[in-house]
Amino acid sequence: MTTTDSPPAVPAPAPARPRRRRSTGDTERGFSRTFRWITTGAGALILATLAAVALFLVARAFPAVTASPTELADAVPRYPDDTSFIAYVGPLVFGTLLAAVLALLLATPVAMGIALFISHYAPRRLAQVLGYLVDLLAAIPSVVYGLWGIAVLAPAAAPVWGWLNDYLGWFPLFAGEASPTARTLATVAVVLAVMILPIITAVSREVFLQTPRLHEEAALALGATRWEMVRTAVLPFGRSGVISAAMLGLGRALGETMAVLMILSPGFLYSFKVFQAAQHQTIAAYIALDFPEASGLAVNALIATGLALFVITLAVNMAARAVVARRKDFSGAN
Amino acid sequence: MSTDTTTPDATERTRALLTTAEPRRRRTDRIMTVLIWGAFVLAMVPLVSLLWTVLFNGAGRISIEFLTYSMRGIFGGDPSGGIYHAVAGTLIITGWATVISVPVGLLVAIYLVEYGRGPLARSVTFFVDVMTGIPSIVAGLFAVSLFTIFFGPGARFGLMGAVALSVLMIPVVVRSCEEMLKLVPNELREASYALGVPKWLTIVRVVLRTSVAGLTTGVLLAVARVIGETAPLLVAVGVTDSINFDAFDGRMMTLPVFIYRQYSQGLATCRDGQADCVADIALQNAWGAALTLIAIVMLLNVVGRLVNRWFAPKLR
Repeated sequence: MTTTDSPPAVPAPAPARPRRRRSTGDTERGFSRTFRWITTGAGALILATLAAVALFLVARAFPAVTASPTELADAVPRYPDDTSFIAYVGPLVFGTLLAAVLALLLATPVAMGIALFISHYAPRRLAQVLGYLVDLLAAIPSVVYGLWGIAVLAPAAAPVWGWLNDYLGWFPLFAGEASPTARTLATVAVVLAVMILPIITAVSREVFLQTPRLHEEAALALGATRWEMVRTAVLPFGRSGVISAAMLGLGRALGETMAVLMILSPGFLYSFKVFQAAQHQTIAAYIALDFPEASGLAVNALIATGLALFVITLAVNMAARAVVARRKDFSGAN
Repeated sequence: MSTDTTTPDATERTRALLTTAEPRRRRTDRIMTVLIWGAFVLAMVPLVSLLWTVLFNGAGRISIEFLTYSMRGIFGGDPSGGIYHAVAGTLIITGWATVISVPVGLLVAIYLVEYGRGPLARSVTFFVDVMTGIPSIVAGLFAVSLFTIFFGPGARFGLMGAVALSVLMIPVVVRSCEEMLKLVPNELREASYALGVPKWLTIVRVVLRTSVAGLTTGVLLAVARVIGETAPLLVAVGVTDSINFDAFDGRMMTLPVFIYRQYSQGLATCRDGQADCVADIALQNAWGAALTLIAIVMLLNVVGRLVNRWFAPKLR
C-alpha cells in the first residue's frame, strides 16, 4: 500500500477509484453523478408540481362538492336555492365554452391568414419584423386588454352588434335585445380572439414554414398560381398543425380572466343571445370577482369551479399536444 | 380523341377552355392575396389602437409624483398619490418568481437536452407543454390552497403570488432554454469530453456559456410574460394602498391589480367648487399605470431581443 517515494495522501484514493468504476459499470465520476441526479430531480419536480396542483385543488374542492344544497345556499353568495352543485357550475361552464369557441371561430381564419402572410406572402426581409409585431399582441397584459375593450372596443362595437341584431335577429346567436353598452359576450369574444391570435399564428407559422420546398416547387412547376400552391401543398401539410394551434388557442381563451371580468356584465343563464347583457359568466371571471370577499365554504365552492376549469383546459391542451406529437411521426418532411 | 383535336371546332373549344379558365384562377389568386394581406392588417388594427389609446390616456397622468408616491390615505377624487407601491410590489413579486423559476426551469431544460431519455423525459416534455396551458387563475388558486394549509385561511403575502407566477413561468423558461441548449453544436461537447472534462463541467463551462445570450433572452421574455398577470395576484396577494417591501408578510399591491382596482372604483363624487377633486381620477390612474406596465413589458421584450442579437456567439 504505502510506497517509499510519494506522500501517503496521494495513493490512498487510487485503488478505490477503479474499484468503484468497475462495480457500477459506467464512467461517471465525482460530481457528474450528483449533477445528473439534480437535473433529473428538477424534471421530476415538474411532474410533482402538476400533481400537486391537481391534488390541492381536489382536496380544497371536496367539501363543496359533498355539501348539501342548503349548506351551499347559506354559504355562497348568489347561490340559487335547491340546486345541486352540478346545476350551479353548469351555466358557468357553458358561458366559458361559448366565449372560448366564439373567440376561436373569429381568430382561427385570421390567424391562418397572418401565418400564411408571414411564411409565404410577405417580403422575405420584412417577414421577421412583422412576426415580432404579431408577437407583441401576446406581450400586452390582459388587464390592459380589458381597459381597451371597455374604452374603445365596446363603444365601437355597439352599433355593429345593434345592426346585426336588427337585420339578422332570426339567427339564434344574434337574437334577443342588443345591449347599448355592448358589455356582452360578443365583445368579450372579439377581445379574446385578439388575445389568442398570436399563439395560433406562431404555431401555424412554424408548421407552414416546414412545408417541404420540393412540394411547393412541384406545384408551381405544374402551373399553379401562388394561392393554388398554398392550397395544394402548404395547407394539407399544415392541417394537423393548425388544428393543434387552434386547440392551444382554445385552452388560452378558456382560462382568460381579466378581460372577461372587466368587460362582461354577468348573468347565470344557458343563453345563446350574445348581444344581450347579463346572460353569461365564465368560470375564471366568476372566481376573480368573488374570491377576494369569499370565506368558509364559499372558498371551497370557488375552488371547485376552478377545478372544473382546470380539468377542461387540461383535456383541451393534452388533446392538442397529442395531435402535435402524432404529426411529428407521420410528417411528410422526413 | 386525336381525330377530334384536328377539327377546328375542337381546337376552338380547347383554346376557349384555356383562355376562360385562366382569368378565374388568376382572380381567385388575387382575391386570396388581398384577403391574406387583409388578415395581417386586421391584426394590426387592435395593436395600434390599443397602444395609441394607452399612450393617449396615460401620458397625461405620468409625473414624478405619480411614480414616487403610494395611495396611502388617498380617497375619493383626490388627484395626488401614485403607483410607487404597485411598481415596487410588481418588481418584488416578479423577482421572487424569477428566483424560483429560473434555476428549476434551467435544470429541467438541461435534463431534457443533456440527459433526457426514456419514459420520464417523455412525460416531462409532455407535461411541460400541458403546464403551459394552465389558466392563470388556477395557478393562483393553487398557491392559495397550498399556503392556507400552513398559514391559516386569511394568509395573503407576496411569496404566494410569486409561487403562483412560478407555476406559469417555469414551463416558459423550460421551453425557451431547451431550444437554446439544443442549438449548441455537439462538436463543442465532444471536444470537451476528448480533453477529459467531466460531463457536468462540460455542461456548466461549455454548453451554458455558449448559450448564455439565448438563455438570458428566454428568461427576460418569460418575465415579460408573467409580469402582466393579474388574476393569480388578485386571489393570492390581495390589495393594499401602502408600500410593503416584505414579500413574506402582508398584502402587496401590484401594477396589474392596481389597474383593475382603480378601474372598478368608477367615478368619484365631487361637490361643486371642490378644488382638489377630479371625478375620473381613478380611471386616469388606471391608464397611467397601464402605460407604465406596458413600458416595462416592452422594455423587457426589446432588451431580451437585443441581448440575443449582441451577445450571441458567432458559431461559424
